[in-house]
Amino acid sequence: MRPAAAVPALALAVALAVAACGGEADSAVDQGVGRPGDTPAHGDTFIEALTGNISGLIPNVLTDSASFEVGSLIYSGLVTRDRDLNLVGELAESWKFSRDCLDLTLTLRRNARWHDGRPFTAADVIFTYETMINPKTPTAYREDFKAVESVVAPDPYTVHVRYRQPYAKALQSWGIWMLPRHLLEPYVREGKLREAPQNRTSPVGTGAYRFREWKPGEKVVLVANPDYFEGQPYISRVVYRIIPSQATIFLELKAKGVDAAGLTALQFKRQTEYPAFRKAYHKYEYPANAYTYLGFNLKDPRFADRRVRQAIAHAIDKQELIDGVLLGLGRDATGPYKPGTWAHNPNVKRYPHDMAKARALLAEAGWKANDDGVLVDTHGQRFAFELLTNQGNDERKKVAEIVQASLKDLGIHVDIRVIEWASFLKEYIKKRRFDAIILGWGIGLDPDQYEIWHSSKTGPDELNHISYANPEVDALLEQGRRSCRQAERKTYYDRLQAILAEDQPIVFLYFRDALPVVSSRVRGIVPAPNGIRYNFNEWYVPKHLQRYTAG
Amino acid sequence: MFRYALRRLLLAFPLLIGITFVSFVVIHLAPGRPGEVVTGELSAESQKELWQMLEKEYGLDKPLHVQYWTWLGRLARLDFGRSFSPDARPVLQKIGERLPITLLLNIIEMLIIIAFAVPIGVLSATRQYSLFDKVTTVFVFVGFATPDFWLALLLMILFGVQLGWLPISGLRSLNWEYLSFWRQQWDFAGHLLLPIVVATFGGLAGFSRYMRQSMLEVIRQDYVQSARAKGLPERVVIGKHALRNAMLPIVTVLGLSLPGLIGGSVIVESIFAIPGMGQLMVQAVFERDYPVIMGNLVIVSTLTLGANLLADLTYSLVDPRIRVGARRGRR
Repeated sequence: MRPAAAVPALALAVALAVAACGGEADSAVDQGVGRPGDTPAHGDTFIEALTGNISGLIPNVLTDSASFEVGSLIYSGLVTRDRDLNLVGELAESWKFSRDCLDLTLTLRRNARWHDGRPFTAADVIFTYETMINPKTPTAYREDFKAVESVVAPDPYTVHVRYRQPYAKALQSWGIWMLPRHLLEPYVREGKLREAPQNRTSPVGTGAYRFREWKPGEKVVLVANPDYFEGQPYISRVVYRIIPSQATIFLELKAKGVDAAGLTALQFKRQTEYPAFRKAYHKYEYPANAYTYLGFNLKDPRFADRRVRQAIAHAIDKQELIDGVLLGLGRDATGPYKPGTWAHNPNVKRYPHDMAKARALLAEAGWKANDDGVLVDTHGQRFAFELLTNQGNDERKKVAEIVQASLKDLGIHVDIRVIEWASFLKEYIKKRRFDAIILGWGIGLDPDQYEIWHSSKTGPDELNHISYANPEVDALLEQGRRSCRQAERKTYYDRLQAILAEDQPIVFLYFRDALPVVSSRVRGIVPAPNGIRYNFNEWYVPKHLQRYTAG
Repeated sequence: MFRYALRRLLLAFPLLIGITFVSFVVIHLAPGRPGEVVTGELSAESQKELWQMLEKEYGLDKPLHVQYWTWLGRLARLDFGRSFSPDARPVLQKIGERLPITLLLNIIEMLIIIAFAVPIGVLSATRQYSLFDKVTTVFVFVGFATPDFWLALLLMILFGVQLGWLPISGLRSLNWEYLSFWRQQWDFAGHLLLPIVVATFGGLAGFSRYMRQSMLEVIRQDYVQSARAKGLPERVVIGKHALRNAMLPIVTVLGLSLPGLIGGSVIVESIFAIPGMGQLMVQAVFERDYPVIMGNLVIVSTLTLGANLLADLTYSLVDPRIRVGARRGRR
């Protein structure tokens, strides 16, 4: 299991789905164009805050989101996602799949160079592939390359990949950060990639920014790469300041010590609405890449009954949750895909807040209220369970409390327990010692969720911890990852969502909004389904607004 | 005296091994594992394979006592190992780059505390129940009761956001490299001011209270009376006769706070984004970076034991009675 922010390489700092931007965002666009003197200009420094120290500089062997954010400016992949989340070429100019989805031919750019001046060629692609499948490389992304049968380079700018079987994420997987063969080959061979100087002091990539310095725990500095294959980016210097405390980041934001930060709902709605702040920053909002859910242990006979789960879904008022916990800054979830993405299916069964219906479903399942209003089964056993969530996440705790209150109206008694994350995972999730949980799933940009729903993935270290097993779902998941055609895949995933909605193995609660603010002197930000960061290289600060003289 | 020191030193070794063994076991039994960053989020991709590989590489698949023995063996050769964090850097290097700033902050803080706490303590003891004493008593309770992080945030809001006089966090401004030498020092000092004030505030309260208590006891002693009876001026009575004796317990407390000098304050360092030992340790604990945790622990417990020893030895320097007693014992 990995942090949500660390979802696939490509998914970084990006958000799926419709970017329903607030009014603020629109004004940002308006101010971004049309004013005299506001032409794109090179220069200035962009200061960002990271809450965690980065753990290295070769993202292929790292798993933390801070390192990914820095790494994605230094390195590039063969493909990337554009504003609408479509896969487009980055180091690859074009590509072609064979009719049977087994052969993928990529044509590389001829003008891409490593930061040390060497040209980027197909040999580097093969090297990166070999690095990823080398059993000595400590990477979390090997899975993506296991379906590959061979990678060959007929000439320095063509790569031919052959798959053993059709693999849905084939193209996306080539978004992996390309690594320089001429520098890293000996380290990979010895399995010491993490100890290479490129991981600590001198990373060499093909990206828009070059590495300048990393002071552990303090800051990381990047400077614009003048030889970048898409032209030198406008902003000359990017400084990532490491500030562990969210409260401090917020104060730095107010004092203009950082240029961008993600806000909490409370900060976004209540603490930043004064004129000076609105003048200094533009606010954006779009659904984040994660949803929150109420999960059941389906091994528990009470929750194994679908009617009980449906009743609980009816008893929970999702809008109340969104208003109460997120101050309205989120949207309700009907399934595991974000609204507005191609895989999302809006036409599934919904569970409007309806206590009468919930009671009827429970009665059908054999649960009736006794004279005290307490729900009991035919043997007089009370319906009571424990709802677990992890410590340090206030949002989930509040959700648990609202769920507790809603179920109390049904006569179900809920005890809430909040447990420290590591023990929560080890003692409760992995050992399946829970009745029900409030948790979140971070989702990738590809709809393949085999790891979460497939009945073969119920081992202690695997992710189907609710022990969901549905043969039709299994079949759909298998079909979905065996096709390289989006239209075909959509039919599988549409059906998958319909079944999940009907089955309610978990109650899908909501997608929280990502709430970033960016200094208003920065122009060129165009909110899109892919969030705001996808075109960072095109952001600029008009000459007269530049604050820092870049070195 | 020398034999006494030697004996204490030899006794410290089994104690150190005991400390490291217990900590080793506890930290390894705590749930969570290296690389499993404690974030409270799950994602749809499994890292099972990576973990199995790392577990093998780090020897975490072996029984605990074997792991401890290996670690101890390396430690005996002063090899603290490499961090489990993906940068795989040597533990000593990681600690080395974080230590100077924490030491600097804590030493300045300690000096300020002593410089203020001693006079405050003495004055409020000699003027017990005076207005000054009452004011400092209130101050002391406020100091004890104020949470660090809260005071820090208030000061940051006032001086950083509202007035804009001081930087909010970090160690240096972004344009630091382009400043003249003196400007650099000025900038650095500005960044350190708030953290030092916050860290000093709580410590000052406690220390001045110790000093007051200790002084109060001493000035009731007979020898202080006799010093007065000899007709010595009050300045000498208090400043020389009483103060030297009242300093004894303070020396012990000071000695015991020496290890804290390298420990670093987690709260102050996190809030002010200071890349010191406290931050390193917290991150290591979150990441279950055992070599860094244990390395830090060995250094801190060695220092604690050393400081204890030092405090006892200093005692004898400050107090002739102990020195004489030891000499007599040796004969």
